[in-house]
Amino acid sequence: MSDVASDVAKLPARSGLHSAAPALAARLAPWIVLAAAFAILPTIFSSGSALTMLSLMGIMIVFALSYNMLLGETGLLSFGHAVYYGLGGFLTVHVMNVVIHDKLPVPLPLVPLVGAVAGLFFGIVFGSVSTRRAATAFAMISLGIGELVASSSLILRGFFGGEEGVSTNRTKLLHVLALNFGPQIQVYYLIAAWCLACMAAMYALRRTPFGRMCNAVRENPERVQFVGYNPRTIRFIAFSFAGLFAGVAGALSAVNFELVNSATVGAEQSGLVLLAAYIGGIGNFAGPVIGAILVTWLEVMLSDVTDVWQLYFGLLFIGVVMFAPRGIAGLLMMHEPLWRAGAYGALLRLAPTYLLALVPGLMLVAGLILVIEMTYHLSVRASEGPTITLFHVAVDTTSALPWGAAAVLLCGGLLLLRLTRPVVGAAWQDAFVRAQAAGRGK
Amino acid sequence: MLELVTISTLNGVLYGMLLFLMASGLTLIFSMMGVLNFAHASFYMLGAFFGFQIEQMLGFWPAFFVAPVLVGGVGALVERYGLRYVHRHGPVAELLFTFGLAFVIVEIVQMIWGKGPVDYRVPPSLDFSAFTVFSTNYPAYKMFELATAVAIFALLFGVLTRTRVGLIIQASLTHPHMVAMLGHNVPRVFMLVFGVGSGLAAVAGVIAGPALITQSNMAAALGPILFVVVVVGGLGSLAGAFLASLLIGLVQTFAVSVNLSVADVLGSIGVAPPTGGLLSDVWTVTVAQIAPIIPYLLLVLILIFRPVGLLGTREH
Repeated sequence: MSDVASDVAKLPARSGLHSAAPALAARLAPWIVLAAAFAILPTIFSSGSALTMLSLMGIMIVFALSYNMLLGETGLLSFGHAVYYGLGGFLTVHVMNVVIHDKLPVPLPLVPLVGAVAGLFFGIVFGSVSTRRAATAFAMISLGIGELVASSSLILRGFFGGEEGVSTNRTKLLHVLALNFGPQIQVYYLIAAWCLACMAAMYALRRTPFGRMCNAVRENPERVQFVGYNPRTIRFIAFSFAGLFAGVAGALSAVNFELVNSATVGAEQSGLVLLAAYIGGIGNFAGPVIGAILVTWLEVMLSDVTDVWQLYFGLLFIGVVMFAPRGIAGLLMMHEPLWRAGAYGALLRLAPTYLLALVPGLMLVAGLILVIEMTYHLSVRASEGPTITLFHVAVDTTSALPWGAAAVLLCGGLLLLRLTRPVVGAAWQDAFVRAQAAGRGK
Repeated sequence: MLELVTISTLNGVLYGMLLFLMASGLTLIFSMMGVLNFAHASFYMLGAFFGFQIEQMLGFWPAFFVAPVLVGGVGALVERYGLRYVHRHGPVAELLFTFGLAFVIVEIVQMIWGKGPVDYRVPPSLDFSAFTVFSTNYPAYKMFELATAVAIFALLFGVLTRTRVGLIIQASLTHPHMVAMLGHNVPRVFMLVFGVGSGLAAVAGVIAGPALITQSNMAAALGPILFVVVVVGGLGSLAGAFLASLLIGLVQTFAVSVNLSVADVLGSIGVAPPTGGLLSDVWTVTVAQIAPIIPYLLLVLILIFRPVGLLGTREH
């Protein structure tokens, strides 16, 4: 790996100095494309369920990016990030109910600000306690605070609404521009606008000197002290900001569902955002966005297809932790140096080897699915008869054939994966060497 | 009153010892590898479910001895083929690996045994009352749990301080490189400690399973409290973990029997608490109702006033 990294460093950059105007345009271009994508998506995916999913994705993107501010930028591993999401949601709902009750002139689009303030407030309160420590101790404290709030949510029924939660009605607020936010499409655009604004804010924040100091605290807190900064203060500020954006996400979720219950502050929600950010790839801005989209999609799609979807989730997560610790974005970014160097030919030559590695990978996945689904059926659903349908094929879970097939797929997949790995590695090396040679020739 | 105190003390010590059975393994693993094993409570749960399964097939006593060994084996495999591989990606990846593992173990348990509780019962040979305190019959099974926990505590203490293996383990905690130079296989020591730690958690699971409810949420219910124990005791301190286990065991048991609320206290000195409002529950919840959150309050207080924990010495 390290030799590849040094090769990358030697690759020539494609272009030299930019002039100011094209640089600004180049910097703004991704955001314009993103805004356009947000605007166009609901016309492509216009069904009700698709709109709901897009809204969920927008919320999750904000939430996962706020988590990335902790883990990715500052190196703070939190197991209780849902606290700020959930409390932001609860306060939003309560404020909305007060606004409705007292007929205050507050339009819905401004309501997520309540979540932001609530998230920031609780981020400051809990952050002042938890950011005194870093690393493992911080992780444990965040877990403890998460459990504290989650357990309190079942005790303080007045604020958290007990089992059924607190509900509201988003259409009863002041209407501006004849928008009543009844239809999902209007809510989607509200979420999309806030999502875009939060993304831009978080992206800007990570490029400020403060953002760089966060990275420094992640890499080497001792050095940060020598430079004259207090790592504790930087952790605290980063934590408060992360709370703020998590609060916005919680408020958006409250607006979307018109309901907040105690599950939103719970450990499962904290785990979900961790999974989303990490699978997508922490430390890279695009990572949590990819992760949020993928995890939301998987959550909706998989839970339709199988009862044990969370197991697949967990396995995917472990797979990413073990084999791709930089996440999906990290895998994609490995190709960036080649792309920058203009070595498109080399990239193209990599494609067949990837296809080659895909075959055993798919075999492995298919084998796993077979084993998991058949085991689940035999142990929990045995009363419904021995046959299940997998990929439109009827499988008799009591006969030896599918189990044998699963074993062959698993073992064969593992074996072939071992065989193809050096091939892919060699193709990698080759691509870089060629790109380097091309660079020298220029 | 005296009856209540006696029974609560017994129950509290018992709960504390069970916590220590798990916290000891967790602490050893942490001081050795610097990994707080998120899946530790999952091994406790696996212990209970393996115990249940073996009990169904062979009876309680085989389960009592075989289940911890099996779970210990699973733990050793996890260390050998999982953690050791992830180690190259750094400590965060290691912690996240155990987090993912905990997630997956819960799902696998649900996949095999379902989401509801399983019928794991106290064996008939231990299903009688050991003695009577005032008017309460104290079950023999609880005494058995206590005796097991104390015996294992003594055994662990003896092995760590009095034997050659214990010496090597203790040396590996602080000077792994030196131990390796002296010709010991330190990775194998790590694997052993991880396996034994998981096995100890499984012992707790096997004996606590019949007394509590054996179901797939038992790891999630206990895991966070376990972390409170090791942080409050001081990360990496075995004696601190012991102290914190007993402390939390006693505090939680006693809290459950106190039916007092802020409103009662205010009322006794003649002040009426405010009524109505979103947070009016704060005044009326009883100590018994907030028993589940007391450990976490303790954690926050300890971190404010003594960040290294009760007996911790170093900042991690």
